[in-house]
Amino acid sequence: MIAPVLVVLGVLVAATGLGLWWRSRNGAYRAVVPDDAHRLLPAQTGTAPGSRLTFVQFSSEVCHPCRQTARVLSTLAARESGVVHTELDVDEHPELVRELNVLRTPTVFALDPEGHIVGRFSGSVTTAQARATLDAASAPAAAA
Amino acid sequence: MPSPTARPGAPAGIDPRGPRVGAGLTALLLVVVLLLTALESVWPSVVVLALVVVSFAIGTARGPQGTWQGAFFKRFVRPRLSPPTDLEDPRPPTFAQLVGLIITGVGLVLGLLAASGLVPGLAVAVTVSAALALVAAFLNSVFGLCLGCEMYLLGQRLRARA
Repeated sequence: MIAPVLVVLGVLVAATGLGLWWRSRNGAYRAVVPDDAHRLLPAQTGTAPGSRLTFVQFSSEVCHPCRQTARVLSTLAARESGVVHTELDVDEHPELVRELNVLRTPTVFALDPEGHIVGRFSGSVTTAQARATLDAASAPAAAA
Repeated sequence: MPSPTARPGAPAGIDPRGPRVGAGLTALLLVVVLLLTALESVWPSVVVLALVVVSFAIGTARGPQGTWQGAFFKRFVRPRLSPPTDLEDPRPPTFAQLVGLIITGVGLVLGLLAASGLVPGLAVAVTVSAALALVAAFLNSVFGLCLGCEMYLLGQRLRARA
């Protein structure tokens, strides 16, 4: 009897570890060093950039966490001046998806006013995480 | 703001908490399967695993809202919750039911071979398949991470790239 109980416990411990790791990754912002090779122009994003920060969110049609992330980011954009949020469908932008190595939806890129990519995150995001991302990404020269 | 959700031809959304509750019930059944492997006979664990396989088959055909777990959610859980803030497209969780069906279905076939005495060594397949399905069901119910849904999105993406 003891072996099956250990199997159940082992499976639940492993799954909990996996779940905690996944949760810690969701919405976790990674800054990247901006360079001219990694820019998203208004022609590509379909929107004029914000004077502080632009969130470009890649979503897919049936992705449930995309809705939550879109809600948080558009609320933030509405409240903060100079912040813009725009959503692109991965099916309609396959070349951008390939170029930017978007592996899951939602994946969000933070752009400076010139369109340089200054960081990215994926998964559902909380309001606190989005705010922290805004502070980290829009601080002058912080990403360098 | 253009939103990719509202596309013509999309099926009606479902309460996203339904599949999570359903996965919790499935996880309980899978724990029972694993505990029953302690018995000398393979049959009891195979019978309960068969119940899980049938549930996944129904979910694959009708969507997670059409299963007995979905009925349980609607009857006993949903009335106690506030209305959902948004609805979920049923296609990813339905695909996840198919993934569950394949994993547990393979375990069931091999388990039947073991239980009937044809290939006794295959009894371990019941444990392996129930353990894999338990990881997925547990992650779905407790963390809201639907592995099958992620696979569906990735599949969509790969198809779009090809």
